[in-house]
Amino acid sequence: MEVLNNMGIVFGLLGAACAVMLAGAGSATGVGIAGQAASGVVSEDPGKFAKVLIMQLLPGTQGIYGLLVGFIILSKIGILGTPVDVTVVQGLQILAASLPIGLVGWVSGKYQGVASAAAIGIVAKKEDQFGKAMLFPAMVETYAILALLVSILSITAISVG
Amino acid sequence: MAVLQMQRISICALKKDRKKVLELLQHKGVIEIERLEEESGFQKMDTSGQRVAFEKNASLAESALEILQTYVPQKKGLLSSLEGKRQISHRLLEEVAGKADDFIEAAYRVNALSRKIAENRASIVKHQNRWESLQPWKNLDVPMNFKGTESTAAFIGTVPEEQTEEQILTALAEADPELDVHLDVVSSDKNLTYICLLCLKKDSTACEEALRSIGFARSMAVSQVEPAKRQEMLLGEIEEMKAEIEKLEQEITVYAQNREELEIVADFYHVRAAKYEVLGGLLQSKKTFVVTGYIPENKAGMLKMELESKFDLCCEIEPLSEEEEPPVLLKNNGFSANYEGILGSFGLPHKGEIDPTTIMSFFYFVFFGLMLSDAGYGAVIFFGLLFILRRYPNMDPGMKKALKMFMWCGLSTMIWGLLFGGFFGDIVDVVAVNYFGVTIPEGQQLFPVLWFVPLKDPMRMLMYSMLFGVIHLFTGLALKGYTCLKDKRYGDFMWEVVIWFVFLIGLILLLLPSSIFEGIAGMDFPDSFTAPGKVLAIIGLVGILFMGERKNKNWLLRILLGAYDIYGVTSWLSDVLSYSRLLALGLATGVIASVINQMGSMVGTSVIGTILFIIIFIGGQTFSLAINLLGAYVHTNRLQYVEFFGKFYEGGGRPFNPFKITTKYINVEEDA
Repeated sequence: MEVLNNMGIVFGLLGAACAVMLAGAGSATGVGIAGQAASGVVSEDPGKFAKVLIMQLLPGTQGIYGLLVGFIILSKIGILGTPVDVTVVQGLQILAASLPIGLVGWVSGKYQGVASAAAIGIVAKKEDQFGKAMLFPAMVETYAILALLVSILSITAISVG
Repeated sequence: MAVLQMQRISICALKKDRKKVLELLQHKGVIEIERLEEESGFQKMDTSGQRVAFEKNASLAESALEILQTYVPQKKGLLSSLEGKRQISHRLLEEVAGKADDFIEAAYRVNALSRKIAENRASIVKHQNRWESLQPWKNLDVPMNFKGTESTAAFIGTVPEEQTEEQILTALAEADPELDVHLDVVSSDKNLTYICLLCLKKDSTACEEALRSIGFARSMAVSQVEPAKRQEMLLGEIEEMKAEIEKLEQEITVYAQNREELEIVADFYHVRAAKYEVLGGLLQSKKTFVVTGYIPENKAGMLKMELESKFDLCCEIEPLSEEEEPPVLLKNNGFSANYEGILGSFGLPHKGEIDPTTIMSFFYFVFFGLMLSDAGYGAVIFFGLLFILRRYPNMDPGMKKALKMFMWCGLSTMIWGLLFGGFFGDIVDVVAVNYFGVTIPEGQQLFPVLWFVPLKDPMRMLMYSMLFGVIHLFTGLALKGYTCLKDKRYGDFMWEVVIWFVFLIGLILLLLPSSIFEGIAGMDFPDSFTAPGKVLAIIGLVGILFMGERKNKNWLLRILLGAYDIYGVTSWLSDVLSYSRLLALGLATGVIASVINQMGSMVGTSVIGTILFIIIFIGGQTFSLAINLLGAYVHTNRLQYVEFFGKFYEGGGRPFNPFKITTKYINVEEDA
């Protein structure tokens, strides 16, 4: 029982790990996919470097949202700084709250990368359509933002200790 | 806040003034010239020959400049691309243009020299390869093409694999026991053994046969001197070529002093080529020529006066006909004009649309700052760009506008940072705690907070984000109403704009006092909202249901489509929710910056720790600034393009592209 009672903080930490890990993995996949397309464009026309780099970075935000949630959790459960008593229920709550950004970050990161790669194709052919091209990947990100919102709101609402 | 009214200008002038008139027009740069189809009595002049010649000269000068840049690099600072074009006086231009041929000659010479250097370089590589291939043969004391003496035959070549003299002789003996040869192994490596073999002339056929059986390959070299000597000769030639390259490079260096003139010449020919392109498109009769095109209304009078006072010509300015789709030129106040680029990348207003730049620019300013919301970052952007803009006054105008836009966005970021108490995240607290031992009570911070801290009260921030969203969207809808009124489409105004306002405001009034919303927002709204809310919502609902598709004659279809229009309210919901990104991105900035500060503070407060802290702080915050700046830029654009423009704006106008002086290197100052 002693062990079970101490599991709260472990679940909380697992929540932080989920958020950072899954969302980060999604961004890494997405940035990777977009990076391949970007490299192709730059090999033909190095002048477009800045524009395609911006495009490549678009799917990178999910990882940052994951980091954001992870960091809020870490400071909440007292891993950084003064330790707090986290009950098992609270720990599980935090774990549940981390799931939206973790899972949505993962999937949307990947697909934003795919959309970015396609948008890089637009920049390659019609450089002046950069503004419009940027919108398509940004559309995917909306869902990551919504997930982030729910994660943040839930975590700030969970009272710990 | 306006799309400039265009007018049609037609100029009919005497052919003898042709060049002067065109030069004046090009200099003014206010007319977009239209290409006309040939008509009877008028003809076009073929100017492609001259144009191509001018363009060739321009590109010659440009390639000479590039070559000079490789051999005599001009030191360029990190920000040199911001310097813009060089200002030169009109007198200097005339002077250089007068000697243009000399400079083109110089450009030719530079190009020729560079070609020669390239040839020599290629030749050196070839020589080196030859030298390399002779390396295994360097101990051979007869020429490579030595075929033998009067009574002997020689075989010079290779056999596969590394073999000793003995091995080869054994192999040969196995192939033909009768054979009597003299064998020299010149050298050998992992793959080949280089041999020279002598035999009596009468045995040469048998010997060749035997050699072939052990995989001998005759050397292909044809040199008539011994390999070692040949190598030396090659080295000598390489040295000679190197010396020549140096000499040629020296010669190129001399031309570096003509760099400025070459720039002027390149631009001079570019401008002339553009002029001849227009000239080729003009309709000309025996004595006259005609120019027609679009001109902004505010420039038309002045140009007409100037033209008529200087030349004998006829200039007519008339309003555009209904069906014409003129090019678009925007005019905005000094602040908003910087945001025209944002509008431009979505699309300029098409005919009859209003220019939303001014209104958009204020929202852009607010939202951008809100998403970045850090006083430190804001200050870096604002003062950094202010410095750059001061330092490089001749910057390319497009670049200048973009930087000015970001500068204002930096100011907005600074203001929001002060309101929300963010300064490089929480650097003030981190430094105070770690270095000065200040204890900060839970939930407080040292850097002043003028309003509230979003991270501590995200619900409140979410409410404000959506409030900003509603304001933004309603402004969009109001602009649609304005467009309807302007075009006298009163029905559309009533049934597509006003009725939606009524409906949405009713819904909002109903939503506010509901227990769910009050629970989320943590605010109380009087229940008295409900009654007027109900009335407005029902009026709106009924209005949209029956009148939303009023052009449809079939009543059943009309009501069904009306119901579908009401379903469009869900898009309003998702639009408003989309503004939650204001909160999300604002929080992201603060948290990332804090994470960096935290990491920095972990290394301790010793001297080395402090240095590491500073390094982590600078590197990390630069990264954070860059990534958040990108986020703020992308998502502010999105809110404008998708949510705001979605309500009223289509775009698709063609940008005004006047006949003007387009240069790459220089800007000619106006005569005083």
